[in-house]
Parts: sequence; C-alpha cells; structure tokens
Amino acid sequence: MSDTIQLLTRQQVAARVAADIPDGSYANLGIGAPTDVADCLPAGVTIILHTENGLLGMGPKPPAGEEDIDLMNAGKQYVTALPGASYFHHADSFAMMRGGHLDYCVLGAYQVSATGDLANWHTGAKDAIPAVGGAMDLAIGAKSVFVMMDLLTKKGVCKLVQRCSSPLTGVGCVKRVYTDHATFDITPAGVVAYDLVPGLTFEALETLCGFPLLRKS
Amino acid sequence: MNKICPSLEEALADIPDGASIMIGGFGDAGVPFQMIDALVAQGAKDLTIISNNAGTGEEGIAALIKRDRVKKIVCSFPRQANSKAFDERYLSGKLVLDLVPQGNLAERIRAAGVGIGAFFTPTAYGTLLADGKETREIDGRNYVLEYPISADYAFIKAHRGDALGNLVYRKTARNFGPVMATAAKCTIAQVSEVVAVGDLDPETVVTPGIFVKRVVEVKADGARA
Repeated sequence: MSDTIQLLTRQQVAARVAADIPDGSYANLGIGAPTDVADCLPAGVTIILHTENGLLGMGPKPPAGEEDIDLMNAGKQYVTALPGASYFHHADSFAMMRGGHLDYCVLGAYQVSATGDLANWHTGAKDAIPAVGGAMDLAIGAKSVFVMMDLLTKKGVCKLVQRCSSPLTGVGCVKRVYTDHATFDITPAGVVAYDLVPGLTFEALETLCGFPLLRKS
Repeated sequence: MNKICPSLEEALADIPDGASIMIGGFGDAGVPFQMIDALVAQGAKDLTIISNNAGTGEEGIAALIKRDRVKKIVCSFPRQANSKAFDERYLSGKLVLDLVPQGNLAERIRAAGVGIGAFFTPTAYGTLLADGKETREIDGRNYVLEYPISADYAFIKAHRGDALGNLVYRKTARNFGPVMATAAKCTIAQVSEVVAVGDLDPETVVTPGIFVKRVVEVKADGARA
C-alpha cells in the first residue's frame, strides 16, 4: 500500500502553508524550509514579512552583484527591502514577536508533541555545541505558530510524538503542523489530522504516529 | 564637547584585562570588525564578551578567541559552520559559554540601559535555558525572571556619527547597536562617516549622543562595508 502514497514535496507543503496566511498578515518565516513559503504567497495579497534581525517588509534575494552586507535576513542570507519597509533594533524586533504583534510564525522542527510542545534547537547530543538564536523567542512569538516538517525522519521515525524526547524550545506553543503526509491541528481535544495525501488512510497515518488522532469534523 | 577619537588605538587604549565588552552585529552585518582587530592589537585579556555570535573563521570575535583573550562569552548563537576556535575551547572547558535566547539577550541589555532591575518573559519557559530560574504565572501565562546584562564597554558600528555622539545606522546593521549603546559604561562607536554637528536631522537620530562616549571614523573598505 505504501508505494501508492504520494508524499508532498517541500514546495507543496510550503504552498499549503502559504494558502493559510491571510491577506494583510505580518509573518516571520524561520530559517530553512519555511523560507520556501515566501515563494508560494499568492500574487495580489499583501503579507509583510518580518525578519528578526531588524526588518519588516523583507523582499526576495537581490540580483547577483547587488548584495548589500548591511541587508540580510536571520539566516544571514542577502535579501532586499520592499517599498514601505522599515528597519529597527533587536529589542524592538523581538518586542514585535513577544508583544503579540506578529500574526504568524512558520518554523521547522525536530519534534512536535501532541500538546504543541516544540523541539527545534538542540538534538540533545551531549557533545553538541549549543546554539539557540531566536528559536525560543519565535516559538512564543506569534499569535499562531505553524510548524513545517517531514512527518518522518530519514530513519522513518515519526516526528509528531506524544511527548518530545529532544530538549524543548517552547511549551504548548504550536498550533498547526504541516507535513508531507498530512496537516495536523493541535487542539485541546487532541491532534486533528486532515488533508491526508492520496493513498494514505487515516488508520495508516495513526499507525505511523503511534497515538490516537482525531478526524476533522 | 568633542567625542571624536582620531584613531581606534586611542579609543581603545584604556581597556583593561578582565573587562566586559558588548560587541554589536548579527552575522557580519553591523560587526565593528576594525575595532575588534584593534582590540586584538591592544592586547587586553580575560575578557567577557557579550554578542549575538562568537565570530566565524578567524574574523571578528573568533580572532580574540583564537588568541585566548576571552574567558567567557554571553551569546545566542556561537555555533557556525567554521567556528573551530570557539568549538575547541568550549568543548575543552577553557571558554565559558552563557547561552541566552536572542530576544532575551536584546531585552536584558535593554533592561540594563533603561534601569529596569529584572523582568518576566515568556521566552524559554519550560526549557533547559530556564533551568533554576524563578518563574511566575501571570494572567494564565508562564514567565521566567531574567536580569539585566550590562558591560564596561560597548563596541558598536554605525553609519554616520557626529562629535556629540549622535548616531544613525544603515539597514539591518543596526541590530544590537542602539540597545548596547545604552547598557555600557563606555560606548565606542565606529562610524563609516563623521559628519558636522547639525548635519544629522534630529528627527532621524537613532542613538542620541548621551549614550556614546567615543566616536571613531573608519571608512568602509568594501567587503566589510
């Protein structure tokens, strides 16, 4: 049966995320896969992108030769500033998140728990050099925190879990998880699974996750 | 009043061993590279460095670490693809790391600069980085008590400055500059251009001169803007 499942590509997952961010929103797209969401935002809508190093109104990467060392995103990649953009210092930038002004934040993850705990900063390996950056601030830093990730690790272990085994980035902070298999809402009643890819049954998805899921009513 | 120093050497002459120094910048944007090079030449050691990153390759803060001038670093993201100098010293225990989430780092520095004794923040609640810290539930949300971070010196990079210490920044190179400028006993600004007093529009000054003790002009040198 598994060979008939058509998993979503990263671009397709990004497109699902983009479709759920309404016109007029302020959003922060985390480092890695979430940056693909920017390329999927529909034409004609105004979604203002925040990058925590100090820019609202972030645009795409500049043409070759026009890079400016003073104009980067949080992933330290060169970007542009769109008309109407603004620059600000770090305390103001994180106030936009912590203060509840940012509407959406899209992050990658090692694990997400059934209660919305997020693990995405530290693998837990003893000799790892720790680095947190803005991960913990982003985890609590938007009205809605979305995660975008593959459902399974390369070894086939499910990353949506009852309880995270990796060190936490935030507690109960994730609202929705977009994966290559399905989309999951974290609700007080439990994890609601929907938009399953063709060929994937609800029961098979539940088996992959290893804990009971709820159907969307 | 004239805060202009003719050289980085003069601006950094009084920095003693054991000093705590904030260094602005995020990635390469806003890092006062030339001022850090001058600190390497000046020779102060046993330093505590407060910065977002710990330098990459052999540049910036990595140059200080490589020469074993740093005893402690307070930062959010020390790990880089080529942060060998940091990695070796951290893993062998020669260099103490105080890892602080980026927004908490900015806010703790801001708190020092504005005279706030401590504050409750939701960031890091329930994580390893809040271990042992006081927590409190306020209106149904959990918070962690965090204390200010101040320093003896702040090294920041700005775009233009004048003899009164007024500064304007350029794009995302602003990052930690304005908050660090407020939180150190002696803030030293490296600016790409010194302008005459009165040339900066008071409406657009980002860091008012009261927060800045010394200003040194370092012309942009291309790669380092």
